[in-house]
Amino acid sequence: MEGILGKKIGMSRIFNEEGQSIPVTVIEAGPCPVVQIKTVAQDGYDSVQLGFGEKRKNLFTQPLLGHFAKAKLEPRRILKEVKNAKVEGMTVGQEVKVDIFSVGEKVKVSGISKGLGFQGVVRRYNFRGGPKSHGQSDRMRAPGSVGSSSYPSRTFKGQRMAGRMGGEKVTIRNLVVAGVDLEKNLLLLRGAVPGKKNSYLTIRKIS
Amino acid sequence: MDVISALEAKYVKDNIPEFKPGDTLKVSTKIREGDKERIQAFEGVVIQRRGRGTGATFTLRKISGGVGVERIFPLFSPNITKLEILRQGKVKRAKLYYLRGLKGKSARIQEKKKEEETGAES
Repeated sequence: MEGILGKKIGMSRIFNEEGQSIPVTVIEAGPCPVVQIKTVAQDGYDSVQLGFGEKRKNLFTQPLLGHFAKAKLEPRRILKEVKNAKVEGMTVGQEVKVDIFSVGEKVKVSGISKGLGFQGVVRRYNFRGGPKSHGQSDRMRAPGSVGSSSYPSRTFKGQRMAGRMGGEKVTIRNLVVAGVDLEKNLLLLRGAVPGKKNSYLTIRKIS
Repeated sequence: MDVISALEAKYVKDNIPEFKPGDTLKVSTKIREGDKERIQAFEGVVIQRRGRGTGATFTLRKISGGVGVERIFPLFSPNITKLEILRQGKVKRAKLYYLRGLKGKSARIQEKKKEEETGAES
């Protein structure tokens, strides 16, 4: 299996064999039941749909309940597809657990980053702002010029400006697996992952 | 117990002697040079303790050859082989950063007396 769904628990640090302190993110990953298997023949592409997390039953829509009933599963909060997964040998209802990963392996993690609200251009795009001195006032975090004059007489689309930051899908690649606990369904990754605590993540192998 | 403290419990040692800022410690650490391992000792005054769980650290400060040297140790590092309390100091701060600006006689810390420790409660 190429990937799993999980929930960010928080960060900590552990010591490796050399006694070095390693910063890790603790993720509660799986067990994720396979809800649907898509094949090239039927759906045009290969993928495995996984479910994860809990939600009150009355919050599900009837179509979703029907989808889970078809797989003879309890409804799950999150449904995500892992594309390009090996479909052969997978059966609906089968559980994917953290033991698909081994220590030292590299993975990529996708999630929704923390919503930071309306941020200026210095925070959002790492602009340098204006000078502190030489007769400047109110220019310290200003964006500067947003375009030229009579040509083109407009500001180009995509010009980086202040606005809403965060709360978008972010993928971090090449995180190293620092530990796997199959009993508690925990996955430890070296370094940080997107999102707040208790946010949902997709962890995939690097192919 | 929450997931993270349960995870950290494996690394948190319970045999570490209780020490406070102002105490003088001697810490022996494993140092790996190539494939050889040796023990190095560092002796100094505890100027701060911070953090919880596996992230807990303490800072030792000593004067070496007229130069102030500070070293931060992870409290639960497996590389610490021995931790001895040489002297208990009497201080009124949790963080002894003020020692950085002092030298010679004024940088001394008064030793805690035995009577004070027992008599403090009454």
